[in-house]
Amino acid sequence: MAVAESHVGETGRGRIRPFPVTRHPSPDTLSWVGKLLIYAVLVVGGVIFVAPFVWMVSGSVQNIGDIFRWPPQWIPRNPTLDNYARFFETQRIGRFFLNSAYVAIAVTFLQLLLASLAAYAFAKRQFPGRDALFLLTLGTMMIPGQVTLIPTYIILKHVPFFGGNDWLGQGGHGWLDSYWGLIVPQGASAFAIFLLRQYMRTIPNDLLDAARIDGASELRIWAQIVMPLCRPALAALGIFTFTYQWDNFYWPLVIVSSEDLRTLPLGLALFVVRNRTAWDLLMAGSVVATLPVLIVFLIFQRHFVRGIAMSGLK
Amino acid sequence: MAVGRATVESPPVVPSPRHPVTPSPSVWRQMRKQWSAYLFLAPTMALFAVFTVLAVVYAFYLSFHEWNILEPEKPYVGLDNYARLLGDGRFGGAILNTLYYTAVSVPLTMGIGLAIALLLNAQIRARGFFRTLFYLPVVTPLVIAAIIWKWLYAGDFGLLNYYLIQLRIIDEPLLWLSDPNLAMPAVIITSVWKSVGFSMVVYLAGLQSIPEDYYDAAKVDGASAQQRLKDITIPLLSSTTLFLAVISVLGALQVFTEIFIMTNGGPLRRTTTMVYHIYQTAFENFDMGYASAMAFGMFAMMFAFTLVQLRVMRGEVEY
Repeated sequence: MAVAESHVGETGRGRIRPFPVTRHPSPDTLSWVGKLLIYAVLVVGGVIFVAPFVWMVSGSVQNIGDIFRWPPQWIPRNPTLDNYARFFETQRIGRFFLNSAYVAIAVTFLQLLLASLAAYAFAKRQFPGRDALFLLTLGTMMIPGQVTLIPTYIILKHVPFFGGNDWLGQGGHGWLDSYWGLIVPQGASAFAIFLLRQYMRTIPNDLLDAARIDGASELRIWAQIVMPLCRPALAALGIFTFTYQWDNFYWPLVIVSSEDLRTLPLGLALFVVRNRTAWDLLMAGSVVATLPVLIVFLIFQRHFVRGIAMSGLK
Repeated sequence: MAVGRATVESPPVVPSPRHPVTPSPSVWRQMRKQWSAYLFLAPTMALFAVFTVLAVVYAFYLSFHEWNILEPEKPYVGLDNYARLLGDGRFGGAILNTLYYTAVSVPLTMGIGLAIALLLNAQIRARGFFRTLFYLPVVTPLVIAAIIWKWLYAGDFGLLNYYLIQLRIIDEPLLWLSDPNLAMPAVIITSVWKSVGFSMVVYLAGLQSIPEDYYDAAKVDGASAQQRLKDITIPLLSSTTLFLAVISVLGALQVFTEIFIMTNGGPLRRTTTMVYHIYQTAFENFDMGYASAMAFGMFAMMFAFTLVQLRVMRGEVEY
């Protein structure tokens, strides 16, 4: 088991590697002038890239009078957490936050579960119709969300027995404006299936056959052999999906109408539309919405980078 | 569990799935034997069947009907929606705005991303630190990025105007988001800031897959740094470039969130992009049939763009 794992983890995946672990020696040995120039460009660029974040944090702890001061105050004169307190009072931001977290985690879990099951079937099983179904799966990636958006909205509206609908799906709002509607349509991801399938193909067949001889069911092989071996791919994919879902705006905008179901991006966006000048509260809300993904990113950076390497270097 | 089924299934025994046109008994036997594979695929296929296949068919059906979602009737109008599309100046304007956005933002994002990747690939310290810095906007929620930049662009108290005046680049504060000529560039700058990090990381991965020997050989032959960049690095990155170009263009053609937050499609509809226009048509005017026709028009454009990119660049991809 351990042998197989290290085999899959290091040599079997070929190009997929956690990248800057190995330092690639540069084509040139640089003169110190060249190096200094590179650092200068990187530092200036870095400052420009980070400045908006600093400004957001700085604005979030200043009162509205100081925010509008000209010249701008980067370091707050009278730092205060008042904006946060007021934002939490006026906006149900705690609720939005939990909605975002709930939906993002649920979609991530659902996608990983369904995709890993499907990927296992595609990668390691032989059955009639496999190629056709796989082609169909890849084909769904070609369809832009815009085309399926309106029909999906209508389909959700007519889900039977939900949201006041009768068995024919008439009379109520179905899965519109519900957690079901936010989560279920996003449950299947062709991209996730494709990525996991590529990864699973590197698992030696002998390992699975040995388990089959020992009498393990396919479900058990999936759960106890394949899934543990796929941990790096699952981690990368999970983090990817989570941040993508945390960022998701268009879908909640279309199907959510009650305040109780607003996610953070939706809550903040509607706040901007209604309160065009309440920058003090907005900056506090922006910090609250950015922090979770930022923390996830800083902790799991390696997986992010690996996820991109996996998807980008097929 | 299912001990009886646990026979060894070696792949060569399986008849090739391509041959049988009509299911022969052996196919049925094979399907019965492999029943659990279908079970594994069932939930995924059910979701695809409803939310992709059925949805596309339904969208196609809708595009031939006129339907205000508030009314029960959906009169069949034939190709009227598509004909209307061709003569619709607003949709034409939205296409032009989207093309403007795509044509400027994609090359800028990829170019800057490549430049940073090249700098980070040099022998320098703290490359991990810089990589993280440039990647931060990518993980920031788009809604938040748009809100921050909307604030930076503010006319009389915006940070951007302040520094531009300090640097004597402008004399008067610019009304970035309410100036018809500046609104789209302002949105583009935000998008570039947001997505440069992604191009950078993908290019970095590409750079690290170039074999060192090529550079050594070129150096032996006396090639200068510029020649090596032009004749080795750039050509060998072409498959990375193709990948980035395709997904960046597809993403840019669907720009929406920045527009919704920063400009609402204005001023004078100058930042109304295709997706924003479809959104308004479908969910503000409830003209579902016409919006579906637009969505298919957009689909056709995206498809054509991807094909052209693949065709143009395939010749250039070296490995």
